[in-house]
Amino acid sequence: MSDAPQPASVSPDARPHLPRGVRLVHNEAQGGYVLLAPERVFKADAIAVEILKRCTGEATVAQIVDDLARTFEAPRERIETDVTQLLQGLADKKLLAL
Amino acid sequence: MTSPGERNATYAPLGLLAELTHRCPLGCPYCSNPVALEPRKGELDTATWARVFREAAALGVLQVHLSGGEPGARRDLVDIVAAARAAGLYGNLITSGVGITEASLGKLADAGLDHVQISIQDSIPASADVIAGYTGAFARKNALAHGVVRLGLPLTVNVVVHRANIERVGAMVELALELGASRVEIAHVQYYGWALANRAILMPEREQVARAAAEVEELRQRHHGRIVIDAVVPDYYARYPKPCVGGWGRRSLNVTPSGKVLPCHAAETIPGLTFWNVTEHALGDIWQNSPAFRAFRGTNWMPEPCASCARRDIDFGGCRCQAFALTGDATATDPVCHLSPRHAELATLAAERSEAAYTYRRMPAGREAEVETPA
Ligand code: SF4
Ligand code: SF4
Repeated sequence: MSDAPQPASVSPDARPHLPRGVRLVHNEAQGGYVLLAPERVFKADAIAVEILKRCTGEATVAQIVDDLARTFEAPRERIETDVTQLLQGLADKKLLAL
Repeated sequence: MTSPGERNATYAPLGLLAELTHRCPLGCPYCSNPVALEPRKGELDTATWARVFREAAALGVLQVHLSGGEPGARRDLVDIVAAARAAGLYGNLITSGVGITEASLGKLADAGLDHVQISIQDSIPASADVIAGYTGAFARKNALAHGVVRLGLPLTVNVVVHRANIERVGAMVELALELGASRVEIAHVQYYGWALANRAILMPEREQVARAAAEVEELRQRHHGRIVIDAVVPDYYARYPKPCVGGWGRRSLNVTPSGKVLPCHAAETIPGLTFWNVTEHALGDIWQNSPAFRAFRGTNWMPEPCASCARRDIDFGGCRCQAFALTGDATATDPVCHLSPRHAELATLAAERSEAAYTYRRMPAGREAEVETPA
């Protein structure tokens, strides 16, 4: 077995943030927000942008979910599922630090 | 309005490959630079690169790949990195590892560099140095990789695979993990320029390629979430061609050290194409209107079997440079495609073997003095 770090998993009190080398930028000619990473570019839809803007390393996952549920007046469980899924997917691709 | 099949269709490019210089202390026999390397005296200055970056960002370019040659051979590299960042671009440094010290790396990070890619020639140091044609290269690359990780910058290890190292694909991925890379690129040699000249020495066996592919797949599963493994397939043994540069004039552009703008780094191997230079035209004008970009943009230029093929918008008929190199006709279907009437010849070419010494990538005599080996 390799002793490399194990993949991270999303817990409610993790404080997610974009690691060095991953940036959310706006580009007019590309029609909106994109997440830039080593050799990769991801179009970020409106929901992803709302989530990613809150991943500052200060707020916990639970706080981000609360905030989004309040802002968009949506059921907390649904938001939690969406957020966890998105963050886990990004963490697996090394696009998010937890 | 134009249809996407036309030569003047409008696309927003995503990536810019900036060949800052062709100078490089290494001599990799598969180097993707043209066989006719550009000399130092014609290189674009800092201010011109800064303008090119601003024009690129306005076109839609998101990432700039600062490459060469060895970009560390440019004394103004820190200013170039800062200019890329100021233009809003994601800065990716592609380095041999020889030519950038840990001190200069710190300055590049402060200037806003986003990512570093270091090429590793083999997991066995002595073999790596033979492939690179440079004694001590392996040790320097390792040291720089550690420096990148210490600074908290993401690191990609790039491994170019060929007959001399293909049995160690697994060991090279392990090495990338040990070095702290978050991404490893397993790139089989693409046969243009220097690699074409060395093809009989570099070409692996078909079974080796199949074994390596299976090993990479297994490693990808095992290391899921720890390291991203991207693999570029070796196309001589494939059934379909690669969608070269994401389609000619659709996604990316390449600026040479002297400012010529190419649709792909090997485009100058196709005779008769006219390239415009950033010192004479704005980048947007070149992208949209220069003859070289219009030559194979869209699908209307395609002959059969590509013209009526369902995959023509997936692989764009393959690589134009390879089509020319292997058939003498740049509009031909890439012979890698099993539907190409010339496909059978590929097996013959892939079977040629030579155990001769590599033809190393070198500046022509008289220009070598321009290549400084950093202390
Ligand atoms: S000789 Fe090697 S290190 Fe130098 S530019 Fe070519 S591939 Fe890169
Ligand atoms: S015929 Fe042309 S378009 Fe069709 S798969 Fe082959 S190369 Fe691609």
